Amino acid sequence: MLAVRQLEAGYGESIILRDVSLKVEPGEVVCLLGRNGVGKTTLMKSIMGLLKARHGTVAYKGVDLTKRAPGRRAKSGMGYVPQGREIFGQLTVYENILIGLEAAPREGRGRGQANMIPPDAIAKFPVLPEMYARRGGDLSGGQQQQLAFARALASQPSLLLLDEPCEGIQPSIVDDIREVIRSIKADGRTAILLVEQSLDFVKSVGDYFYILEKGAVAWEGTLTQLNDDVIKKYLTV
Amino acid sequence: MDVFILQLFNGISVSSILLLIALGLAITFGLMKVINMAHGELIMIGAYSTYLTQNLFHAYMPSSWFNWYFVISIPASFLIAFLFGLLLEVSLIRHLYGRPLDSLLATWGVGLLLQQLARSVFGAPNVAVTSPSWLNGGMRILSDVVLPYKRLFIVGLVAACLIAMYFYIYRSLEGRRMRAVMQNRDMAACLGVSTRRVDAMTFAIGSGIAGIAGCALTLMGPIGPSLGTYYIVDAFMVVVLGGVGKLVGTVLGALGIGVFNTMFEYWTNASLGKVLVFLCIVAFLQWRPSGFVAMRTRSLD
Repeated sequence: MLAVRQLEAGYGESIILRDVSLKVEPGEVVCLLGRNGVGKTTLMKSIMGLLKARHGTVAYKGVDLTKRAPGRRAKSGMGYVPQGREIFGQLTVYENILIGLEAAPREGRGRGQANMIPPDAIAKFPVLPEMYARRGGDLSGGQQQQLAFARALASQPSLLLLDEPCEGIQPSIVDDIREVIRSIKADGRTAILLVEQSLDFVKSVGDYFYILEKGAVAWEGTLTQLNDDVIKKYLTV
Repeated sequence: MDVFILQLFNGISVSSILLLIALGLAITFGLMKVINMAHGELIMIGAYSTYLTQNLFHAYMPSSWFNWYFVISIPASFLIAFLFGLLLEVSLIRHLYGRPLDSLLATWGVGLLLQQLARSVFGAPNVAVTSPSWLNGGMRILSDVVLPYKRLFIVGLVAACLIAMYFYIYRSLEGRRMRAVMQNRDMAACLGVSTRRVDAMTFAIGSGIAGIAGCALTLMGPIGPSLGTYYIVDAFMVVVLGGVGKLVGTVLGALGIGVFNTMFEYWTNASLGKVLVFLCIVAFLQWRPSGFVAMRTRSLD
């Protein structure tokens, strides 16, 4: 479904990613691992279109999106939960989710339904509707992360890009968020490309794994192949 | 008592004019962070649009209708300034986002260009716009206190603009997109908001409101090609004093400057009054550099 081929990208003059290729199939959870600074977030940004690719292609559902703007990619079904959450601080929680609807497919939604948040987008976050009137910036980190999830799910994406969703969040909410990821996987409608530090968690949800090193894919394989040797070689600091 | 009421009214009246010329800038500078030195010229465009509407009515409409030209001229000046703003954004400003110095110089140049254009088309001397007769005279509230209808009309016009802007920015779908883009452009783009469209619309609307301000200024006196230069400093002052990015701040900024200006001028004289107002603003910005209303939220990163 998502196919990245020989992608090269970077900031300004410096090249961060060299020759990265990866694939995500429908309904699959693909995990992106690697030590700090190997280019995981850069890869997510280039897939979403925030960074321009120098070489290579990003194709989604068979359509080449390499030259397309982030908005076009969002409309073709990619949802993005960025590192640092990037909530609109001055917008209310409700408005944040409504912005998430911008990328939702227009057909089947009349004018009157323009403000309809799909129930299953927020069903996993019962605490959000209680906070609809509060400003996004006033929420705690964990609440903001839940909001970022709901915002991305509002457009009912077929692929969710999750960049360190559990970073800097208290353990109980980390568990909640993992539960959410598991339930998205169980629903089977949304594929996930996940960047995450916790090996235990990644192993419990992942179908396929890529390990990045120095901006290139150093290893890829399934859960059974991800053994201690691989972990020691590529992930232990 | 009479003096007090009159001064209070003068203060509010001056504030309302300040607010009207600053409202457009509150959008282009306050929200979009574009230092738009051509804002004054967009006001001037609005004023000349009113002049043109008047002339068209003179030429083509029965004279009994003439009094109503002003009602048409408000949307007309909005529309023409809106189109100029759109053209400016599409052709120039969009290349200059995030480059404040460049945009300052470029828009200043555009300002000079527009002034010269007005000079070539309408001539250098000021032209007069005849106010509609229903705005002549005033409302007598005490034996010595008469509130001119024109001033009251401007206060009402500002209120209407404010309410319309409030609903557009805070209640409409377009306004929501606009706020999202201004706060976090990349993320808004990733969620499918068309940032180019939002930028162009936002700048054009700010320009359109400057046009309405120009329309209102025709009530205060004759207009000329350099009309805008008189107001550009005041407009920036109001927005900076009020705090960038919030409508409430702009309102407070205009009220503060207007009321204090009138008070000081009453106690001293016109030029000393202005100096005192400037001193107060400098002192205030030392104390609160981000203005009356600063945007604050819990920052997490």
